[in-house]
Amino acid sequence: MKTKKIATITIIVIVLLIVLASSLYTIRETEQVVITQFGRPVGSPVTRAGLHLKVPFVQKANYFEKRLLEWDGSPNQVPTSDKKYIWVDCFARWKIVDPLLFMQSVSTEAEAHARLDNIVDAAIRDLITKNLLIEVVRSSNREMELSEEEKDLLAIEEAAVKISLGREEITREILKQASVMVPQYGIELVDVRIKRINYVEEVRQKVYERMISERQRIAARYRSEGQGKRAEIEGEKEKELQRITSEAYRTAQEIIGKADAEAVRIYANAYNRDPEFYSFLKSLESYRATMDNNSWLLLTTEAEYLKYLKRGAEGR
Amino acid sequence: MANQYGDFAQIKLPPLKAKWIVTGIVVLVALYVVFSTFYSVKADEVGVILRFGRYIRITQPGLHLKLPFSIEKLYRVRIKHIFKEEFGFRTIRPGIRTEYAQAALLDESLMLTGDLNTAVVEWIVQYRVKNPVDYLFKVRNIGETIRNASEFAMREIVGDRSVTEVLTIGRIEIGTEVEKTMQQVLDSYQSGIHIVTAKLQDVNPPDPVKPAFNEVNEAKQEREKLINEAWQEYNRVIPQATGEAERTIRKAEGYALNRVNRANGDAQKFISIWQEYSKAKDVTRRRLYLEMMTDILPKIEKKYIIDSSQQGMLPFLDLTPKEIKEK
Repeated sequence: MKTKKIATITIIVIVLLIVLASSLYTIRETEQVVITQFGRPVGSPVTRAGLHLKVPFVQKANYFEKRLLEWDGSPNQVPTSDKKYIWVDCFARWKIVDPLLFMQSVSTEAEAHARLDNIVDAAIRDLITKNLLIEVVRSSNREMELSEEEKDLLAIEEAAVKISLGREEITREILKQASVMVPQYGIELVDVRIKRINYVEEVRQKVYERMISERQRIAARYRSEGQGKRAEIEGEKEKELQRITSEAYRTAQEIIGKADAEAVRIYANAYNRDPEFYSFLKSLESYRATMDNNSWLLLTTEAEYLKYLKRGAEGR
Repeated sequence: MANQYGDFAQIKLPPLKAKWIVTGIVVLVALYVVFSTFYSVKADEVGVILRFGRYIRITQPGLHLKLPFSIEKLYRVRIKHIFKEEFGFRTIRPGIRTEYAQAALLDESLMLTGDLNTAVVEWIVQYRVKNPVDYLFKVRNIGETIRNASEFAMREIVGDRSVTEVLTIGRIEIGTEVEKTMQQVLDSYQSGIHIVTAKLQDVNPPDPVKPAFNEVNEAKQEREKLINEAWQEYNRVIPQATGEAERTIRKAEGYALNRVNRANGDAQKFISIWQEYSKAKDVTRRRLYLEMMTDILPKIEKKYIIDSSQQGMLPFLDLTPKEIKEK
């Protein structure tokens, strides 16, 4: 009897527990729930995390993500409006904002991804093909810093085009265009961004070739610049040499001239006191210097020097 | 003995032993309660507590209590730790990181620059959790989200810069811009992530183009070399010329001094003589004249004294120099 009673109680407790377990459910912070009754949705979705009650057995809790979800597109080969073929790889972030609608329209994330693939890819293709490559690459008309030689050498005419939209604006457009299509799935597209853009292989080779030829032109320019600069310095050196020597010559001549003039002045100043005496003295000096043993001297007795020789002591 | 365990009929649990088992279960349950109640949070972490899946509180490092079993659940978030993501390269640390295929890495690092060239950019991003609750509950697959945001940001920034800027002058600025853009995007996702830094690592031109870039560098070096050599020659010649010029000038100055001094000397000498001469003009003249004659006459070998009345003397004189005659 006693064991039977215990068994009954145990069974009742177990049944109660099962009922309780079936009527209680928890929602984590990352989840939201749609309650369905025999597959038919009941009430509005439950988004508040915590412990909740439902009718046991009859009602079922269907869990959906509340977090921001990833979408990573596969790279697409798309031509731009200037016929450049590029790979475009985008990513998006989305979330389930209406789990009821989501459950009814796509029900699983995989299905949602498939829809997003179509919608976002189409939007990307649309906007990329409508724009120039430069619009997709650049996001502003910011003045790019180029090295001096690039400025006049490089084939950046294409890149120098002023953009009207830019990458940021184009991605915003993609988001806008794609966003229109998704609310029917209970989804909100939060963000679409271009992750990668690259030239397709053939274009890439061409770009490499262009880059190589550009660099070679720059290198050639450096070389000729070096030679030019050297010639310039050599010329400068020649000029400097001429300047230095001629200036020195000029200064020297000036100094010499001044000194000569000074000497002339000094002599004149002194000799002007008695020009006659000066010529007398200078003559004497000159006779002394010029008369030697090779000279002949013919003197007539009229000479002053021989005055006494001819006329005796009287000199008359 | 093993047979006995396999044979159910043989097992008989004595009442005493059943009691032991019950006690054991109670002890185990008690232990489980204790272990699921107490928890410790390490120094670089915070604990995030959820009750029935609902966020309740954050606990700081130390020993704490929570409701047992799965009523309250603990999530640990390493809030002080700085995480690092690498782009375009991988640090190879076996067991933690694996190396990706080379092609996949080039996809990650090859990007278009604003002048429609390409560059291979490698970079790192360091980040930490600034809001553990957002970090745990707002974004699924947050690691991938950070990587996506970073690749997007880097390409957007590089797309607005020339290849020269990316390779050389703009490196630091690009890092800062990427940081800013990433932060903006991640904040808009409420990711609870703080970007500590984004830094460019190796930035190169693509491999096929590299030799051409090196050639530019070589040409640059060559240019510098030519210029340096020219200056070297300049510096060898010019100071020497300057020195020589200086010598010319000094010489002229020397000449000037010499000339003026001599003039002054001569003048002074003349003035001195003249002053004395003025005192006795006649006698001095005579004296000077006679002294001169006395000086020069002995030197002259051929002296002819001719009377003033004598005419036509000259034709008879033998004017041939002595040396010629001797021959």
